[in-house]
Amino acid sequence: MIPASFDYRRAHDLDEATRWLGELGPEAKVLAGGHSLIPLMRLRLAQPSALVDIGRVPGLDTIRVDGDRLRIGALVRHAALARSEVVRRALPLLAEMAAEVGDQQVRARGTLGGVIAHADPAGDYPTLALMLDAEIVTTHGSHPARDFFQHLFTTPLQPDEVIREVTFPVAAGPHRYIKFRRRRCDWAIVGAAVQQSDGGWRLGLTNCGPTPMRARAAEAALAEGRTMAEAALQAAEGLTPPSDLRASSDYRRHLARVLTRRALEQAAA
Amino acid sequence: MAVTQLIGARIQRREDPRLVTGHGRFTDDRSPRGCCVLQVVRSPHPHARIRSIDTARAAAHPDVLRVLTAADFRSVLHGAMPVTPSFVAEKRQVPERFPIATEEVVYQGEPVAVVVARDRAAAVDAAEWVVVDYEPLPAVVDPIAALDPAGPRAHAGAPDNVCWDVTYTGGDVAGAFADAELVVHGRIVQQRLAPTPIEGRVVVAEHDPYDERMTIWLGSQNPHFIRLFVSQALQMAETQVRVVSRDVGGGFGSKISPYPEDYLVPAAAKLVGRPVKWVETRTEAMAGTTHGRGQVFEADVAVRRDGTLLGMRLTQTLDVGAYCGTFGAFQAVAVYMAPGAYRWRGVEGRTIGVLTNRVPTDPYRGAGRPEGTHLVERMVDLVARELGMDQAEVRRRNFVTAFPFTNPFGFVYDSGNYHGSLDLALAAVDYPSLRRRQAEGRAAGRYLGIGLSTYVEICGFGPSAPTAGATGGIALVEGAQVRVFPTGSVAVYVGTHAHGQGHDTTFAQIVADTLGVPMEQVELHHGDTDEGTGFGYGTYGSRSLSVGGMAVRGASLLVREKARRLAAHLLEAAEADVLVERGRFAVRGSPASSRSFQEVALAAYGANLPSGMEQGLEAVHYFDPANFVWPFGAHVCVVEVDPDTGQVTIERYVAVDDCGTVINPMIVEGQVQGGIAQGIAQALFEEVVYDPDSGQLRTGTLLDYLVPTMSELPVPECSRQVTPSPTNELGVKGVGEAGTIAASVAVINAICDALQPLGIRHVDMPASPDRLWQQLQEVRRP
Ligand SMILES: Cc1cc2nc3c(=O)[nH]c(=O)nc-3n(C[C@H](O)[C@H](O)[C@H](O)COP(=O)(O)OP(=O)(O)OC[C@H]3O[C@@H](n4cnc5c(N)ncnc54)[C@H](O)[C@@H]3O)c2cc1C
Repeated sequence: MIPASFDYRRAHDLDEATRWLGELGPEAKVLAGGHSLIPLMRLRLAQPSALVDIGRVPGLDTIRVDGDRLRIGALVRHAALARSEVVRRALPLLAEMAAEVGDQQVRARGTLGGVIAHADPAGDYPTLALMLDAEIVTTHGSHPARDFFQHLFTTPLQPDEVIREVTFPVAAGPHRYIKFRRRRCDWAIVGAAVQQSDGGWRLGLTNCGPTPMRARAAEAALAEGRTMAEAALQAAEGLTPPSDLRASSDYRRHLARVLTRRALEQAAA
Repeated sequence: MAVTQLIGARIQRREDPRLVTGHGRFTDDRSPRGCCVLQVVRSPHPHARIRSIDTARAAAHPDVLRVLTAADFRSVLHGAMPVTPSFVAEKRQVPERFPIATEEVVYQGEPVAVVVARDRAAAVDAAEWVVVDYEPLPAVVDPIAALDPAGPRAHAGAPDNVCWDVTYTGGDVAGAFADAELVVHGRIVQQRLAPTPIEGRVVVAEHDPYDERMTIWLGSQNPHFIRLFVSQALQMAETQVRVVSRDVGGGFGSKISPYPEDYLVPAAAKLVGRPVKWVETRTEAMAGTTHGRGQVFEADVAVRRDGTLLGMRLTQTLDVGAYCGTFGAFQAVAVYMAPGAYRWRGVEGRTIGVLTNRVPTDPYRGAGRPEGTHLVERMVDLVARELGMDQAEVRRRNFVTAFPFTNPFGFVYDSGNYHGSLDLALAAVDYPSLRRRQAEGRAAGRYLGIGLSTYVEICGFGPSAPTAGATGGIALVEGAQVRVFPTGSVAVYVGTHAHGQGHDTTFAQIVADTLGVPMEQVELHHGDTDEGTGFGYGTYGSRSLSVGGMAVRGASLLVREKARRLAAHLLEAAEADVLVERGRFAVRGSPASSRSFQEVALAAYGANLPSGMEQGLEAVHYFDPANFVWPFGAHVCVVEVDPDTGQVTIERYVAVDDCGTVINPMIVEGQVQGGIAQGIAQALFEEVVYDPDSGQLRTGTLLDYLVPTMSELPVPECSRQVTPSPTNELGVKGVGEAGTIAASVAVINAICDALQPLGIRHVDMPASPDRLWQQLQEVRRP
């Protein structure tokens, strides 16, 4: 189908973008890679009054290491993340996740900032952002990831607020992301991410609730010296994942445990 | 026959350069001048009464030309949409279907109004402004529950939901069960599938009131049938209606029957006085294009302890949908094919067609034969399991071995060598060592499964006598016209329709060999009802080669024979002494005196003809086969199931298919591979899901309806055995559906084989990880 009619403006810098968003009101939306927003508009599930395209705003596509933080511009695309030597050295898990997002077209267009802002519980980067305490830096300030993913598609972003960059801690130790899906180009039915950092394990889960989840009980079990298999049994603690056509809630809980165990074992191997 | 050079050769499809470089001519590429856009307003309810339709706001849109409802269409469209007898002549009730709902909507997606606008954006916007006041009615969403006399009716006021209920008996069923040492029961669900061709449906129509001509461009597998049906509804002569179906991006059976839009678009063109185009969206396709399968089988098989199959009783409950599909009852062929490749004393099959509030089902690749095959191949595996026998052994013990063979329902299998194809397939996988690996794996907690499918199928529709009744009058033969121009180039007009099958290549191979001309000299035409023979019968049921190819050959032979007689005259030789060899007509014993095909073609338009011969070099031939054709084969699927996640990985897929003589091995492999892909898709991925409570379609996009891609599919190892068909002189059988017919059950048998030690007896489709895990949970529970 084709979208309902809307206005379109291309911003030259972020000041212009926020000013326009302020003027156009809450029905206006930022457009980045368009790979979440445009499909929704084509199905007319989203009918924004206007799009403010930030796709050509300069300076938002940089990747750099700044002390012990990896700073990634909001417009960095999946394909660029997957290829980046900097990311592969500083946070290889992010590069590995990026290489598995959607299909080639999606990876060529979609952006890190878009995934974070969209806050789809099936998005991959939010899991990593949450488990590693990333910071979401915007035109208005900065949000710690733990306060950012509030609910399904819900964040504290104001209508005129634009993400500039996301910063992650550098972490190059043992890691693994297992994305369980039916088709290679699909979203995760469940994703389990593990990263060793500061001597401990951080465990995250994709698509197991209304937001990305951290498997804290399992993390604690590992910290107490339990085996990986024992700890993974607690990966689904407190989860009430959704049931949908792909998987029942029970099956998702089961997958959270199985995949966490496998991810830990493979990361450690 | 001429010295064979091209028949049997591995020739690349010559239509591909055009298609893969974006130079195809699809319906949407056609926009007559002044063309406007039609958008259909569809029912969001599975079942409701229409209280009123308010079109005022939509009609006031500045770019809208007309908003039309059933009342408008009734002035130009007459009669109900057609329903053929197909395999069930004795229907109890056939709800009358007009292309657009009048008072009651009976499935989600049924048209209730259309908007005709200057452009697409306006049409889509205005369609949202049409206000329909519905009174929702209880919906029938499950075909088994639909049989409850106390439940709701799919059509208000109907006596029940039964469209047909017929039992066919072949052989001594009672005796077979009386002698049984064991009776094995099975229940098999065939989920609904969406055919999902890459190109959705598109209809463009232009009405010329001065010439009184209607031209309809659409993607159809059988444009002549569309012309027949639509011209009748428009009350125009067939000569006044031209249907053009050029390149079509896949059909898989879903582009056989006429659709509401095939009527509404030309009718709107007439009412609005401008050319009109409608392009289906994927969501419309999921909801409104016919679905396939949608059947539940219950079966009992009577056997002896030594593995001898004695008898079968089965019931097919078929979800017809809200209206009977034009060829929907064809799917009852599952009953006739339930005997499979085996000898039985008797088989009894009951088929019940059930009306529900869902889009109609109709043929989808294989249409009834995958279901029949799945049933019998599952039942044979269950027999093997209960008797503790090897699956291959039970098959071997019961295979039909002498041909022609008459199955319990009177169908005559023309030729076969079932042991041969199974032996080849098992040798290809090294069956004994696979079984050893399986045993070793089990000891280590790994679950390898081996699935067999030894199918036989009926295709090549079909002999005139049985098929004329099935279509309601038109016998499924095929016509072809071959025209040779003075320079010797050859134009061939066929009544079949290629939409992925590669006829442009295979038919040219047949013509070139028969006439002895290079393939490049032969041009194929199909899909335009203004050209060629008076009727074309179309492409479905793997009929194009064994019926259409024979028509092409027959017309070519008529041309060749006339050319030979003319050559004899030119060479001043006796007709009997003139031979045709490598495109030359030569006198027996004196090869030096000869004429080329070109020289004879030119002479055919000259003055020096034998007495009584007319000018010209062209012929029409209709071919009526004496029987159906009966391809068969053996497929072996090897899977590993992850017992922790329920994930199935196909390790190997080996297919040995026997479709008789092969014209082009590359095309046969392509057909088999694509067919297997669709069978695997059914086994593991695809399922149309309607909400069990609300009746709403939940798989409305390709995000929810899982069509697998290349990444998820194995590359099947295809090989062949050749047992020529005695039914036609080419010795060919169809191969368009064989892969799909065989594959779903090969995969499911492999999964059941893998999970047998864990206590799983049967698995339904799609065998998704979630479903397998749930089943494993149930058997693990103490
Ligand atoms: C077929 C397909 C498969 C996919 N598979 C996956 C997958 O496996 N994993 C995965 O994670 N994603 C997947 N995606 C989503 C993809 O990664 C999207 O690109 C991503 O979700 C959104 O990024 P975008 O740049 O395209 O954002 P857009 O679509 O342009 O925008 C998405 C939303 O974010 C807002 N937004 C965008 N950028 C900013 C910003 N800088 N500041 C504030 N708000 C902003 C927009 O206003 C909009 O609301 C898939 C998409 C498709 C179409």
